[in-house]
Amino acid sequence: MLSRTAESLYWTGRYMERADFLARILEAAVRLAALPAKDGAAATAWASAIASAGVSRAFAASGRSPTEKSVREYLAFASDNPSSIRACITAARTNARSVRTALTIELWEAINGAWNGLNELGEPGKRDDFVRFLEWVKSTSLNVEGASSRTMLRNDAYWFLRLGMAIERADNTARLLDVKYHLLLPAGERVGGQLDYFQWTTLLREVSALTAYRWVYRESVRPWLVADLMVLNRQMPRSLASCQGMIVSYLERLATDYGRRGPAQRLASARLAQFNDARIEDIFQSGLHEYILGFLGENNKLAAAIQDQYLV
Amino acid sequence: MTGTSGPGEVRHPYRTLSRWLDAAPADLLTSRSRQAELFFRRMGVTFAVYGDVESNERLIPFDVVPRIIGAAEWTALEKGLVQRVNGLNAFLKDIYGAQECIKAGIIPADLIFTNPHYRPEMQGRRPPGDIWTHICGVDLVRTGEDGFIVLEDNCRTPSGVSYMLENREMMMRLFPDLFAEHRIRPVETYTDMLLSSLQASAPEGAGGDPNIVVLTPGPYNSAYYEHSFLADKLGVELVEGGDLFVNDDIVFMRTTQGPKRVDVIYRRIDDDWLDPLTFRPDSSVGVPGIMNAYAAGNVTLSNAVGTGVADDKAVYTYMPEIIRFFSGEEPILKNVPTWRCREPDALKEVLDKLPELVVKEVGGSGGYGMLVGPASTKAEIEDFRAKLIADPDDFIAQPTLSLSTAPTLDGSGLSPRHVDLRPFVLSSPAGVKVAPGGLTRVALKAGSLVVNSSQGGGTKDTWVLDE
Repeated sequence: MLSRTAESLYWTGRYMERADFLARILEAAVRLAALPAKDGAAATAWASAIASAGVSRAFAASGRSPTEKSVREYLAFASDNPSSIRACITAARTNARSVRTALTIELWEAINGAWNGLNELGEPGKRDDFVRFLEWVKSTSLNVEGASSRTMLRNDAYWFLRLGMAIERADNTARLLDVKYHLLLPAGERVGGQLDYFQWTTLLREVSALTAYRWVYRESVRPWLVADLMVLNRQMPRSLASCQGMIVSYLERLATDYGRRGPAQRLASARLAQFNDARIEDIFQSGLHEYILGFLGENNKLAAAIQDQYLV
Repeated sequence: MTGTSGPGEVRHPYRTLSRWLDAAPADLLTSRSRQAELFFRRMGVTFAVYGDVESNERLIPFDVVPRIIGAAEWTALEKGLVQRVNGLNAFLKDIYGAQECIKAGIIPADLIFTNPHYRPEMQGRRPPGDIWTHICGVDLVRTGEDGFIVLEDNCRTPSGVSYMLENREMMMRLFPDLFAEHRIRPVETYTDMLLSSLQASAPEGAGGDPNIVVLTPGPYNSAYYEHSFLADKLGVELVEGGDLFVNDDIVFMRTTQGPKRVDVIYRRIDDDWLDPLTFRPDSSVGVPGIMNAYAAGNVTLSNAVGTGVADDKAVYTYMPEIIRFFSGEEPILKNVPTWRCREPDALKEVLDKLPELVVKEVGGSGGYGMLVGPASTKAEIEDFRAKLIADPDDFIAQPTLSLSTAPTLDGSGLSPRHVDLRPFVLSSPAGVKVAPGGLTRVALKAGSLVVNSSQGGGTKDTWVLDE
């Protein structure tokens, strides 16, 4: 397959995944901002959404302040934000269009349909409409994922698309978990208190894992168990360990199809091994935020290795 | 119902359709028409309009009433097309070779050597199999019962074949019963014909299974949909310039498994942009060094470099003589009678009756840079008169033809609209073939003669009847 084709498939996967993630972050912010709390709870919810999306610097440089209106606009629609939901869906569609021949009709229609829908829906102003917009974004990424898994041949086109999704999902889960670090508890609220509890619950809800949490741990929501679920639990499809497992398996499929392994495979396998004997207590001890920063850096390194090996 | 040969009389091939339309409920065509549009939009069957930033991608309007050509008529047309394209190939081979037709005084030398599409780089060169215009689209109109007339030869990069194929798909989906009632020759064979034609044109060293690719300038090109459609149907890679590189006069493509040799390139990039080392140095869509690989005989470029010289509207006027010269036969397909403004007598005549004529720029295309006398204001005509006097060599003139019409759906029902036809002719060392059909373009405005999609024209499915 052409390197450019592989690259476009990989980025189609990444951008669709990122659009989904932004919708989840914004949903979390809407819920957190609605909490009956003392001064500043709402503002900190919106600021944390910006921080979790990893766009604090660009947001500040654009001269906006973190109000509900401006954060919603910036993360969902802004044309000066290359990672807004709209920009992500547009970029995914542009990439998909340039490799139209590598996609099944169903997958192309799912992606092109998302892009058409974007124009039809416009920029909903009312909160109700905005929340429905976020629901729509999540459903489009389900469509895309469903179309790809149901209709594509299991060949390199599929592995590159999935690889992009998995790399992005690992990055996103880490960032979502980090939301809690950026969500400072207002003065007077205590760690382990009602607000703290609600914040952790909201995170779980955002990755559709609240029920999963109950199944796995059978107790009330506790920070280190939430972190355990999202970092180390291999049953949880969004956990860092699961994402890493997917990355390794897609890279292995490519290596088998092509009859050649390379630096990307070695790096990915080494990282997966690190999850095997990791314990959440140790991670908390040395700092969850620091752990996440480390993970994000490593994930970028792996993305660069994939780029060098296949996409140039 | 029109498509008439005389007042009120339905032409033979249209009889079955006419009965069917008469019996159909009034709103059937409009509802099918809406379905078609939805489907085309969902599939992204679009083209881009240059300079039209607002709507970067547009649908070409599709008319659901087919254009029908009878079997006997088609057989005659097919013969004429094969003869014409053989003539074009012989001409190109000669121009870049022995130049017999210039020596014999068939065509003036300056018309060739000052032509912007003449490529001195190709002088003395012979492409693999001596095929120059692998894919040729000949634009035809009908002016009466006596068959088709050639309006233009497109032997550089004719486009529109994807619409020929998609329009048929659409019609089969919308009107299955009409297909049951007619015997319509399938156009789907086009892609098989194209693939075997490209394979047969591969360089000698390519071996039994040549690697074929379609080369596109990229997604921003107006015909990008067609490029991807063709690559898809052929089952070959759609590449951009950056995907290819040349090493030791051999063309390779960059793949996830390393370099892979390329043998045949169906390129949809004009000569000018093909190789920044030979042509425009500012081209970022080309492949540096590809002309060396071509010269070394290691790759087939389809169409050959320099074919544009035969596309020219001035050269067009000499086609009947060219065909006679190379084949010794009388041309089966006629040209539109044309004044060559470069000839002083012709120029005088043209200036005298300018308001009645159509005047075209020799190198123009897409319906731009032309004067349609009867549809123009006095000021526009005078404006053009000045251009003509300043640069007569740049223009040809033709009478306004009384073009045939085909029934076309508009807001109020069926109305006659002017149409043209572009069949696609494929050449390879294995022979010349024509797909049974073509792209029918239709002027959607009442009375308009301009059918170009860039000027708001639409398309129709073209049925060639069997038997």
